[in-house]
Amino acid sequence: MIIKGKVHKLGNDINTDDIISAKYLVSTDAKELGRHCLESIMPDFVNKVAPGDIIVAGKNFGCGSSREHAPLAIKGCGISAVIAPSFAAIFFRNAINIGLPFIEMEGVDKINDGDILEVDLASGRISNLTQRTTYQTQVFPEFLQGIVEEGGLINYVKHKKGLSPQTLTGQPPSKL
Amino acid sequence: MSYTIAEKILLAHTDPACRQAGKKTIRPGEFIEVKVDLALGNDITAPLAISEFKKAGFKTVFDRKRIVLVPDHFAPAKDLKSANNCKMLADFAKEQKIENYFEVGCMGIEHALLPEKGLVLPGDLVIGADSHTCTYGALGSYSTGVGSTDLARAFIDGRFWLKVPGSLKFVYKGKLKKWVGGKDLILYTIGKIGVDGALYKAMEFCGPVIKKLSMDDRFSMSNMAIEAGARAGIIAPDEITFGYIRQTPSSKFLTPNRKSKLKKLQSDSDAQYEKIYEWDISDLEPQVACPHLPSNVKPVSALKDVKIDQIVIGSCTNGRLSDLRNAAKILKGKKIKSGLKLIVIPATQKIYLECVKEGLAEIFVKAGGIFSTPTCGPCLGGHVGILAEGEVALATTNRNFIGRMGSPKSFVYLSNPAVAAASAITGRITHPGELS
Repeated sequence: MIIKGKVHKLGNDINTDDIISAKYLVSTDAKELGRHCLESIMPDFVNKVAPGDIIVAGKNFGCGSSREHAPLAIKGCGISAVIAPSFAAIFFRNAINIGLPFIEMEGVDKINDGDILEVDLASGRISNLTQRTTYQTQVFPEFLQGIVEEGGLINYVKHKKGLSPQTLTGQPPSKL
Repeated sequence: MSYTIAEKILLAHTDPACRQAGKKTIRPGEFIEVKVDLALGNDITAPLAISEFKKAGFKTVFDRKRIVLVPDHFAPAKDLKSANNCKMLADFAKEQKIENYFEVGCMGIEHALLPEKGLVLPGDLVIGADSHTCTYGALGSYSTGVGSTDLARAFIDGRFWLKVPGSLKFVYKGKLKKWVGGKDLILYTIGKIGVDGALYKAMEFCGPVIKKLSMDDRFSMSNMAIEAGARAGIIAPDEITFGYIRQTPSSKFLTPNRKSKLKKLQSDSDAQYEKIYEWDISDLEPQVACPHLPSNVKPVSALKDVKIDQIVIGSCTNGRLSDLRNAAKILKGKKIKSGLKLIVIPATQKIYLECVKEGLAEIFVKAGGIFSTPTCGPCLGGHVGILAEGEVALATTNRNFIGRMGSPKSFVYLSNPAVAAASAITGRITHPGELS
């Protein structure tokens, strides 16, 4: 999967309260949540995002609460991927589980706000079209790729062998 | 192989299918699937999990006795949308015959409620769609915060995927001063290592100070492991743990046989840690985290000039009985500073009732504070005390991010309940010792 978009730079320790304030947690709709993404710290953010854009942030992105509304809000406002040196653990698994692409990359300082990036998730290669340079990052371990390839955790579980037939009653729809 | 306590619990819960395939050991960094003993959701995270569970076509949860649902964040329902979300939990619990659903009137803040009800025991593996699920590490369990999709998956097959975390050991030596407790130890720790100092690690708290620490103080410590980025914050079970469990409905499970097994639930002497921190805390004074990160920690004496508009005493970190007793000791017979708001929230109905019986509720009200029904409420800027632009709060809660308690232009400081109570009297950040 190739993702291409403009970079929005953010700082270190961007937390889930920054990403989506608790007052919006009464909704679970990604589009609705997306309208308020990063509102507390950057009121203009969502107006600047075009579909496909990419967040490049500092360390420990997504720290704080377990709210899955945070990756949903990021997806809902049109962001296609997040790149950061490290991700908080719960945000990491939420992003995997709902299929928000993200990449761990050291040296994000080299990337500037407004740069155009082309990200190849399968190979972990990031091309900076603005600066005419490339960065090689680690690809996901096989286990996580398995979840991503199934289109998220629930599909992965449905298709996995050994799932008890007692729990799976009724005909599930083909895709989430 | 030698293991830490976190690794021992994870190994014991590794999916039997993995074991049959020859998986008899684990190592940090490996991905494994585990069976969960308990899966928890609240009124913010469970609605999303329930929708995903249903959308995927599943009809029946894997084990109705291993699921706990607690409406506590925006409950009693603060508005119509919250009411609908709370009702979704109630309906799902009824439909699936989930016994451990706690309606308003029975409910409390989940991380105080589950231990109180005896739902978590040492050695258990618990997931909760709430980041502060790590609280139960104080009981010697591996408990960790997850997302809604993880919870939906646990509804389906009672399983959970994870990367085995490396372990960090924290040894506390010396003797705690008066007015210093678990909250100060954990704030000090986060101040030292930073908000990602334990990123993706299991923290293990031990040493002579922990051995003497009460369960309430231990819960405060484990509760905030997530604020250092940790997956778990574990304290090995001992007589203090067993004494606590004996007070819960699960005391019957603590047979001599089980107890002797649980006593062995300790890290091996040659277990591998990525890092060992050792601190003498004899000189430690009460700690305060300043805006806008829990790692921005200073000793209380350095913040004497900070004026406060609102004090919140409660939450899954510090809403337990001993927390409220500590606060009441200071507020007894006193009045809070004129113009200041004091909000006291016991974490569960049991604690609430005890506060009424012991006269603590009366102390808070006579001092000029409010005494609320259990709720997470203001901690996450939900209700019962939202901050206006420019307002400054001192809270016994766990996070002080920008806008956490209301306006993005408000400020939150974090402390223990005694400091919060003393500051309510003076209207500025105050060491409790200053008042006596």
